[in-house]
Amino acid sequence: MSRRWITSALFAALLLLGGCASSSTWGWYVINPMTEAGWINVRFLISGMGATILLSVVAASISIVLGLLVALPGLSERWGVRMINRVYVEFVRSIPLLPMLFWVFYGLPIIFRSMGLNVPIDPFWGAVITLAISDSAFTAEIYRAGIQSIARGQREAAQTIGLTYMQTMRFVIMPQAIRRILPPLANQFIYIVKMSAFASVIGMQELTRRANELVVTEYRPLEIYTLLILEYLVLVLIISQAVRWLERRMGSDERQ
Amino acid sequence: MPNIAIEMTGVNKWFGSFQVLRNINLKVHSGEKVVICGPSGSGKSTVVRCINRLEQHQQGMIRVDGTELTGDRRSVAAIRSEVGMVFQQFNLFPHLNVLENLMLGPMKARGLPRRDAEARARHYLDRVRIPDQALKKPAQLSGGQQQRVAIARSLCMEPKVMLFDEPTSALDPEMISEVLDVMVALAQDGMTMVVVTHEMGFARRVADKMIFMDEGEIVEEGHPEAFFASPRSERCRKFLGRILKH
Repeated sequence: MSRRWITSALFAALLLLGGCASSSTWGWYVINPMTEAGWINVRFLISGMGATILLSVVAASISIVLGLLVALPGLSERWGVRMINRVYVEFVRSIPLLPMLFWVFYGLPIIFRSMGLNVPIDPFWGAVITLAISDSAFTAEIYRAGIQSIARGQREAAQTIGLTYMQTMRFVIMPQAIRRILPPLANQFIYIVKMSAFASVIGMQELTRRANELVVTEYRPLEIYTLLILEYLVLVLIISQAVRWLERRMGSDERQ
Repeated sequence: MPNIAIEMTGVNKWFGSFQVLRNINLKVHSGEKVVICGPSGSGKSTVVRCINRLEQHQQGMIRVDGTELTGDRRSVAAIRSEVGMVFQQFNLFPHLNVLENLMLGPMKARGLPRRDAEARARHYLDRVRIPDQALKKPAQLSGGQQQRVAIARSLCMEPKVMLFDEPTSALDPEMISEVLDVMVALAQDGMTMVVVTHEMGFARRVADKMIFMDEGEIVEEGHPEAFFASPRSERCRKFLGRILKH
């Protein structure tokens, strides 16, 4: 029930913000949590939050692993191996998210079918794949920059005490690089949360989709989309506070 | 005749179109101490870095403890585990404490159990005379202490050869002697050493052979007494004149 009171308080703030009393422009009744109909609408809008968070977390987790796998060949001394990284990053980075989403959701199943595979791609996984691949080009660059910022002497010292490449990465380079990688990586997560709104166009029932559906039945786009923006604002503020906390912790580690 | 620890024959190396090493021929016998000096940019560091393949030579042959250095990864790993290296910039791992710095190689590369690795680490910390700093992070130590930890870290791999690449050049003057003392003790224990340094006092005390390099080639080599008393080449005479003046 306390959720209702919090949203009521937010709603009161909205009233002030919109200057509703003086104008017929705003029709806040549609999401007024103090009325039964308004509260039902608000609950419907907020119910997309879980899907938005789940989508973002799964996509980000895949992107974090994929990004590292893409970054590693970018650090090779061999030109041919480095090119794998460059081609992937440049190619993926240049595809706008929406066309990629259409391609994955509508196009990819056709390829699967032609190969005799029956792999259905539902809106959730279509959006996860698209967001993860699209974001991985950026996380790859974050990893590469972080790893390259560790002095060359560290790798040489690790080699001279007989560590293999993987051991050098795991025990010497990554523990140092992670302090520089984690804050921008967490920052990147905010982008994923915002980009996840595109999943609404392929029918994923997340925040933006819920808002669209309510607009169609209530005909109050101004109020509903205002609330939608506030929902993202709250979500992103929570994440950026977490990132700040992380940066402070990392920073204080560095000073030791 | 003691066996040959390091052998370089006709080694040439280029950085792009610039030739850094010109026809390097060098033999280091087991237990021998070789000191390499020369002006900066003369290729002396590159020689040492080629021996454990931190740099690759393009022509000629390098053999360490009987194994030839080729592109083959296994031969590189085999040689690196026999050769210790001390860098000008120490290159300690800043996220690990002193003990962990020393135990990493023995545990991961040699597969030693933690207890044995720690015993070994403490043993070598004793030998470089800082047993009481085991749990500190490198940043909490002085430069001289850091370099002694770096020496101990190499010794923990129990190498047959130790390479030193200007080990005291980054140190404040008052810390140089504590590092050199450790190196002298190491020499007295019979370690095979190749040392790039400008510390001619140290060279006189421990070197069996002096090498002077200039512009990528070995200009002069000889026993330290003859080397310091009567250098044959003009270039070497000038160089020694400059660094021995003060």
